Amino acid sequence: MPIVMDADRVSRSLLRIAHEILERNRGAEDLALVGIRSRGVPLANRLAAHLRDLSGVDVPTGALDITLYRDDLMRHAVGPQPVIRSTDIPFSLDNRLILLVDDVLYTGRTIRAALDALVDFGRPRAIQLVVLVDRGHRELPIRADYVGRNIPTAPTQSVQVRLSEIDGRDEVEVEG
Amino acid sequence: MTTAATALRSRHLLGISELEPEEIALVLDTASAMKEVGARPIKKVPTLRGRTIMNVFFEASTRTRMSFELAEKRLSADTLGMTVAGSSVSKGETLADTARTLEAMSPDMIVMRHASSGAPHQLARTSRASIINAGDGMHEHPTQALLDAFTIQERKGRLAGLRVAIVGDLVHSRVLRSNVLLLTRMGAEVRACGPATLLPVGLDRLGVRVTSRIETALEGADVVMMLRVQYERMHGLFLPSAREYFALFGLTPARLAGAAPDVIVMHPGPMNRGVEIDSAVADGPWSVILDQVANGVATRMAVLYLLAGEKDGE
Repeated sequence: MPIVMDADRVSRSLLRIAHEILERNRGAEDLALVGIRSRGVPLANRLAAHLRDLSGVDVPTGALDITLYRDDLMRHAVGPQPVIRSTDIPFSLDNRLILLVDDVLYTGRTIRAALDALVDFGRPRAIQLVVLVDRGHRELPIRADYVGRNIPTAPTQSVQVRLSEIDGRDEVEVEG
Repeated sequence: MTTAATALRSRHLLGISELEPEEIALVLDTASAMKEVGARPIKKVPTLRGRTIMNVFFEASTRTRMSFELAEKRLSADTLGMTVAGSSVSKGETLADTARTLEAMSPDMIVMRHASSGAPHQLARTSRASIINAGDGMHEHPTQALLDAFTIQERKGRLAGLRVAIVGDLVHSRVLRSNVLLLTRMGAEVRACGPATLLPVGLDRLGVRVTSRIETALEGADVVMMLRVQYERMHGLFLPSAREYFALFGLTPARLAGAAPDVIVMHPGPMNRGVEIDSAVADGPWSVILDQVANGVATRMAVLYLLAGEKDGE
């Protein structure tokens, strides 16, 4: 199955996105990063490191588990309940610009759940969306502000993002 | 530490006796994620939106009922409560008829407390709703044992290998039974201590060391769980007086000195200060009694969430 991004490409994409974030927001003041579990979290940490190197600002970084906000949880026989992992947002969202980070943007339903969760934590000045891969097939009116790579896919395919922090290496593979 | 399962096998929670160690670990892991919800500015998530939960209490309860209600509200469930006073039970309705009536209103879950052991089990046999036992007679009180275990694990990082002393009225206590089943299942060493008139038969068969000397029970203990001494037992054959009970079994700082240096003291409430526990202990640095109350909500949220999932083969 094709590897559509290798480690080099993943790392250059993240550096480019960090530059775009600084350009668009005229610096890193009042920014905060929130990664969606699981793979949004290491991506958010890497972006925080880039933003520190580029601007000298330490951007607060948190982790969000969206399980309790999923719209498919109680609808139909989906089998056992998904395991809930911890949410850890150790700063106030009020009046900050939040960069929401996930690995793959697909139907948009995860992002919808994450937006619902974020507004329960406070009232951000704005929320921007960062994704490593946009694979299309949106089911909701949601788009990303920063994209590592647009990858056209068929709905039958699956996109696997692997990150060294979790999977031991960096790569993006299209399967099926 | 036991690896957590990914789901509970039953759609009811009737007792700890039905839970495997992996299922207990799953509830405790989920509770720790749920606890964070209570620390948010908006302490509510939409997870159980549109689900109906009935809290049916045939026996007086304030803290357990409030704890369940808060857990249900934090998960956005619709809840309603029934207590004995003001219900048709006081007009002579049987449990079976009450159950049918509740069932006709098609709740998704029923949280039930009853003075008769086994009442929730009877309801579970016919009900389409998930039944959660909130205390049945002298039998079990599973969510209390789970929240106690969660509190211990939070403080000690583990359950296996800990020395736990449980002191008080052992014979009338469903809290004791559920805790003994859970703690021994998770590899803790349990000692039980109480007056000879309040020792249940067969406790040693559950792997518990039984003693009537509190000093023996406390020796080197990592955790001390006090059980409430019910005043209504005082005047019967069981205990001569509250003062004598305190002299023989009351938990004081002096007695606590025989336990491990980092011992924690627990109590399921309500406490009788000066009967089973000295105020200096209840309010002292050892006490995690208020943590238990806060953790009760998180643990019950975990149970509600896990039981709300679809089960295989249904």
